[in-house]
Amino acid sequence: MRTISYVDAIREATDLEMARDESVILFGLDVDDPKAIQGTTRGLPEKYGAARVFGTPLSEDAMTGVAIGMAMAGLRPIHVHIRMDFVLLCMNQLINIAAKAHYMYGGQVRVPLVVRSMIGRSWGQGAQHSQGLYSFFMHVPGLKVVAPTNPHDAKGTLIAAIRDGNPVMYVEHRFLHFQKGPVPEESYVVEPGRARVLNEGRDVTIVGISQALVESMRAARYLESVGVSAEVIDPIWLAPLDLDTIVRSVEKTGALCVVDNGWTTCGAGAEIVSRVIEQIGAIRPIRVLRLGFAAATCPPTPSLEEHFYPNGRSIAAAVYDLVSGAPKGWMPVERPELAEIEFRGPF
Amino acid sequence: MKDSRNSSPFTPDLFRELYRIRRVEEEIARVYPTDKIKSPVHLSIGQEAVAVAVCRQLRPDDVVFLSYRSHAGYLAKGGDLRAMVAELYGKSTGCAKGKGGSMHLVDAARGVMGASAVVGTTIPHAVGYAYALKIRREKRIVVSFFGDGATDEGVFDESLNFAALKRLPIVFVCENNSYAIHTHQRQRHFVANIAERARVRGIAAEVVEDDLSSLLARTEDAVASVRAGDGPRFLECLTYRWKEHVGPGDDFHLGYRTRDEAEPWYARDAVRLAGEAIPDDERRAIADDVEREIAEAFAFAERSPFPAPEELMTDVFAETRG
Repeated sequence: MRTISYVDAIREATDLEMARDESVILFGLDVDDPKAIQGTTRGLPEKYGAARVFGTPLSEDAMTGVAIGMAMAGLRPIHVHIRMDFVLLCMNQLINIAAKAHYMYGGQVRVPLVVRSMIGRSWGQGAQHSQGLYSFFMHVPGLKVVAPTNPHDAKGTLIAAIRDGNPVMYVEHRFLHFQKGPVPEESYVVEPGRARVLNEGRDVTIVGISQALVESMRAARYLESVGVSAEVIDPIWLAPLDLDTIVRSVEKTGALCVVDNGWTTCGAGAEIVSRVIEQIGAIRPIRVLRLGFAAATCPPTPSLEEHFYPNGRSIAAAVYDLVSGAPKGWMPVERPELAEIEFRGPF
Repeated sequence: MKDSRNSSPFTPDLFRELYRIRRVEEEIARVYPTDKIKSPVHLSIGQEAVAVAVCRQLRPDDVVFLSYRSHAGYLAKGGDLRAMVAELYGKSTGCAKGKGGSMHLVDAARGVMGASAVVGTTIPHAVGYAYALKIRREKRIVVSFFGDGATDEGVFDESLNFAALKRLPIVFVCENNSYAIHTHQRQRHFVANIAERARVRGIAAEVVEDDLSSLLARTEDAVASVRAGDGPRFLECLTYRWKEHVGPGDDFHLGYRTRDEAEPWYARDAVRLAGEAIPDDERRAIADDVEREIAEAFAFAERSPFPAPEELMTDVFAETRG
């Protein structure tokens, strides 16, 4: 199978769906500018014309409402935000209308809407370019949330999101944009509510969300060196969540660590841990741990930012303590060969 | 097409529409204290003429988006009366199956695409709907109804800008009743220039006085222009809310406005004037008809069942069709 990047997978999914269904329409700040949203929209303005692919005024609030109105009229809008932080300008429309319209209008109205947004990191992204806010949307009935971690799923989940009858928050991490991987040329969907087990293991279950999945895979390699076998799960879709796959794994391992690309308080990790305990906590004892952003605002300077995010080594150290049932004080020596991510700043 | 230069616009039909909305809301106000209505109501009494004048210019497949003060707009556009009353009663036969209430009236088949409780929220929906019509080269048009309070919101300006930029087939109708809940426009705007704000965005805009003939003439002109493809139009229609912000009563006792302020608006009551313009026997016959229809609608709501408990969890998500 051919290998393409996450960016190209997004562009290909959009292209295939726009060719298949003329109701699909793509817009947002800068989607038609020379940088083409890191390349994810490159060539699409020329191919589909300015009526279906266009840059917008800096009006995130109204343009979200416009997207909802388009969807009510039968279009399938994709609204793109270069940073997830900017989606905070859209919350009224997303929470009060997009999530609720089908319900509060008694099923008479549908809002098939995809909101793409990017989480930034590193090279001074700082306080307002780095937030992974997907748990906000997991909280609200009527929304679906997906955070694909590899090119294959980037394509398959975007196609699923575009075809969905509901609003879908599609979350991309900038580091993942540079990932390359095998992607079928044809159209396919990675359906909502199905997680994937990436690394089978016996001793602990690690659920990694968005880019934290990559760090979790690194952690699993470090843990091998101390004889800990970690099962790593990519939930892919956060809403609906494939709880069954996670529970089956924890039933086997007895320990669960959720590594989030966000803050832990009221986060996706809190939700996943709670639901697993509710389901099997009375049947067998389980050890749980949440990892995520430090409970601070993201600083731009590298010396502090380094400590803001969990990384492969810090995850491994924390999980080793979890499995051991005691603080061991172990921190693996960095292995440069595990830094397979091709990210390079500045951008 | 009626010719407003030669014939009176005050037809029996016009009276029927105005009177019907007035009487529906008076009946809501009468029933309200019994607690059979399970939804806060924001009555349009006094403001009926704007909704009626606009919707008389529309075709059945045109579309309107409404605010939470939406009873008049819903009925004027042809929204089903029985389904509306049942919705207020929280019954399963309601237009939103009891899941919306008075502030979220909808009748998609009649082009009533939905009302919202958050001020200004539906303005961009109307713009987005109009965008879809434009790129599909449909002849339909959209009307966005909102109050003067909505013009305080940022989304108002953002939406106007985008509608102007794309020359969309939409009429913006600001029902300016001077008050956002209890706060007068002069306490909220340094300059009272709502129509002017549309004009500087590049949208032909005008202020329409509280006069039925002017309303009919100006709405006819605006709708014809938008339907001809000449881009968006904006009407700031001066009107007055007779009742309290929410609920069935007067509210002069609160002291934020006076009965003296209201008197000139009562004197220009479009419902009464439209009735006086037609023969007595016709007026009585229409009134009888309307009373029968309203009685039947309330009886329908009374005898309809409440939604079954399992309805709580339906409609959270729409089905996905390949």
